[in-house]
This record gives sequence, C-alpha cells and structure tokens, in this order.
Amino acid sequence: MVAKRAKNILIGNPGTSLANKTGSWRVFMPVYDKTKCTACGMCSMMCPDGCVHGDKIKKYDPDYDYCKGCGVCAKVCPVKCITMKEEQK
Amino acid sequence: MTTQTAENVKLFNSGHTACAGCGLALAARLVLQATGPKVIVVNATGCLEVFTTRSPQTAWGIPWIHSLFENQAAVATGVEAALRALGRGDEARVIAWGGDGASADIGFGGISGMWERYDDVLYICYDNEAYMNTGIQRSGLTPFKGHTSTSPAGKVSLGNMKQKKNIPAIAVAHGLPYVATATVAYPKDLERKVKKAMEVRGPRYLQILVPCPLGWGHATSDTISMSKLAVETGLNPLFEYIDGKLATAMTVKQKPVEEYLKPQSRFKHLFRDAAGAEQIKLIQEIANSNFAKFKVEAVK
Ligand SMILES: Cc1ncc(C[n+]2csc(CCOP(=O)(O)OP(=O)(O)O)c2C)c(N)n1
Ligand code: SF4
Ligand code: SF4
Ligand code: SF4
Ligand SMILES: [Mg+2]
Repeated sequence: MVAKRAKNILIGNPGTSLANKTGSWRVFMPVYDKTKCTACGMCSMMCPDGCVHGDKIKKYDPDYDYCKGCGVCAKVCPVKCITMKEEQK
Repeated sequence: MTTQTAENVKLFNSGHTACAGCGLALAARLVLQATGPKVIVVNATGCLEVFTTRSPQTAWGIPWIHSLFENQAAVATGVEAALRALGRGDEARVIAWGGDGASADIGFGGISGMWERYDDVLYICYDNEAYMNTGIQRSGLTPFKGHTSTSPAGKVSLGNMKQKKNIPAIAVAHGLPYVATATVAYPKDLERKVKKAMEVRGPRYLQILVPCPLGWGHATSDTISMSKLAVETGLNPLFEYIDGKLATAMTVKQKPVEEYLKPQSRFKHLFRDAAGAEQIKLIQEIANSNFAKFKVEAVK
C-alpha cells in the first residue's frame, strides 16, 4: 500500500539537510595530525555537527562540507593533535 | 566508547543550521544513537525544531513531527494512542522533546496531564536555560543572576532574580517511574540514561543541560568544558530517581562556582564589584546545597 500524502502539510524526506553545506560558515578550520592520532574517537563523539568520521585503521577526519569550525574537537582531543587554523578561502 | 557509524549518523544528519558549537545539536545526535531507529519524535517549537528543519530539508532520519510551542505532550499522547489503536505499538516508542521554555513554562500544563494519565512517552527537556530561539529571554530554568534580555543586568538588578524551577522534583512528585538529569560532557552517562529510560514503560522524564554559546556567551570551543563545569561545581547535579527514590548521583571533584561563571558573558556583571561578589557567594551556596541534597560526595 502506498501511503497517501496529505496536501498542505510540509513533509521533508529523511536526511535532506545533507544538501546544506554548512562548511561555508567556517572562520577557523580544524587540521588533524594523523601521525599523532590514537583513533580514540572522542572528536567524532563530541562534534556538534556530527561530521567527524573514521575508524581505527583510517583514523579520523572532519568532513569540511559540514564542519562549522567550532573548535570543540580540538579542545576534547586527548593527545591535542587537532589545531585550529585560520580558514583560507 | 561508541563511535559514530554510518548507520546511526543517518538518524540525525549533518547540514542542520544550529550555531557552531551548539550543545543541543550534540545532545540530539547522542540521544538518537542511544534509542536507535524505532522512535517517533514530537518536537515543540524552539531551536531544535528550527535548526533541524529548514524547510523543505530535514536533519531527522526518523519520523518526526513539529507540534506547537505548548502542546508537544498532548500531540505525543495522541501519537502513542494512535500506534496502539492501529495495533502497531511495538513498532516505535514515542519521545516528546522541548526546550526549557516549552517544558518548564508554556507546555507544562500539558506535560503534567500526560504524566497524570501515565502515558508511555519519554519526555526530554533540553535545557539551554532561556528562550534562545527568540533572542535569549528568561525562562523558569534560567539560572540565578544570569543575564538575559528580560532579566538584564544593570543598575537596578544583577540579572535573573529567581533560582531554577525544580522540574525533576515536580516529575518525581507525579509518581514517574524514571526521572534523570544528564549533560553532553558525559556522553556515556547520557547514553546509559536514555537506554534505561527506554526500558521503562509509562511516563519518563529526562532533563539534559545543553550549553548554548550564543546565549551563554562562551567560546564555541568551550561547549564541553561548560557542560562539565556545570556538574563539577554542583550547579547542575546529575542524578536518577527510580520509582521515586534517588538511585544514582554522579560523584565529582568539587570546583568553585567562579570557574564556571567566569567564561560566560551572561555572568560577567558579577565580576565587577563587591555587589557582584556577594551574589557569587549566594550561587556557591546553591551549589553546596545541591551537593548536600544529592549526597554527592565531593572528591577533594
Ligand atoms: C504560543 C507561542 N508563543 C511564542 C512563540 C515564539 N517562540 C518560538 S520559539 C520560542 C522560544 C523557545 O524557548 P525554549 O523552549 O527554551 O527553546 P529554545 O529556543 O531555547 O531552544 C518562542 C518564545 C511561539 N512560537 N508560540
Ligand atoms: S571544528 Fe567543530 S564542527 Fe568542525 S569537526 Fe571540529 S567539532 Fe566538528
Ligand atoms: S580525538 Fe584526537 S586522538 Fe582521538 S580520534 Fe580524534 S583526532 Fe584522533
Ligand atoms: S541559540 Fe543556542 S541552542 Fe539555539 S542553535 Fe544557537 S547555540 Fe544552539
Ligand atoms: Mg531554551
């Protein structure tokens, strides 16, 4: 059965916010030094924009399409391998 | 430690328009990582609703509905009743979600009714301690002496004159089987409490403190440290009440309240003169009484 969509009600499709590249807001940019990264996952857990991905092997990277440059990841990284640098646009 | 996977990132997606460093955006993702996909969220008007649904886009990957500012509990009751009426009660659980303004003030009558009816809904209040989405007005959960646009610090007053309304205690008084507080600096604790809440049937209440760089006036990078200091100073104790009894309270190394107040511009008027210093002493007393009340042992 195909569910009927009510008229005059706004319905959005799941996850369509991904089209909105909030990385353009950035003033400071987090730069990750993978040689020091222990792949603890803390940056990924704490990013308010949910845009740090990785695993034990690849280690972790921010997705600059969405990263707003808040600096939370740099503050919580236990080995301090993330530095905030001025954005070059 | 659970790290984000491709699967759970889809429950709450990037591209939302929360301010950089928003504690609430982090809380929303952590909550859904803990519940998994079988939930329906009813969301009152406020920052969470506005920044996740820049129409026609949505950051949600689960069924979600926006109610009014004041009727989120009634809508949640309806969704839960509809699931049961359709015989689909085991397909999803219902979460009602509102800010401190929506929860402690304007929507409170509806929430009290929902608790009295004993509906099977988890109510989450995200507490950013003011009406942030409309420009930082004072709510019943704004802290003592905090500056907001409707509790301005100036010649006549030194900020908000009231202490935070004790909603968890009011929830316990309604006979709720599960009441807890959490905050984003302790994601494992938050995850455990959400999971625990989802195991219980009936009305449950979870209040999550979420730092708001815009309204609190701290650096965007300090969201986690503010959340942690709120707990370590004793100003926002983390606890659980199960069947009306205090079940757990987080033990922390007690820090002076100044460490929490100083980095936030909403408290900067307290650091100017002797009158401000007097108020800081009162804030320290609030923290000390919280430590005593929740029998949180201060680890020195
Ligand atoms: C009945 C009604 N009154 C006022 C408003 C305007 N309004 C929209 S969001 C908001 C503030 C909500 O505050 P809170 O619940 O704390 O959520 P926050 O914005 O802080 O996330 C207000 C006053 C409204 N939408 N409906
Ligand atoms: S700077 Fe902020 S938004 Fe960017 S990756 Fe780090 S935590 Fe996420
Ligand atoms: S927090 Fe630091 S060490 Fe841990 S995964 Fe992220 S970059 Fe690596
Ligand atoms: S005003 Fe505060 S709660 Fe609202 S989106 Fe901005 S940081 Fe988040
Ligand atoms: Mg609020």
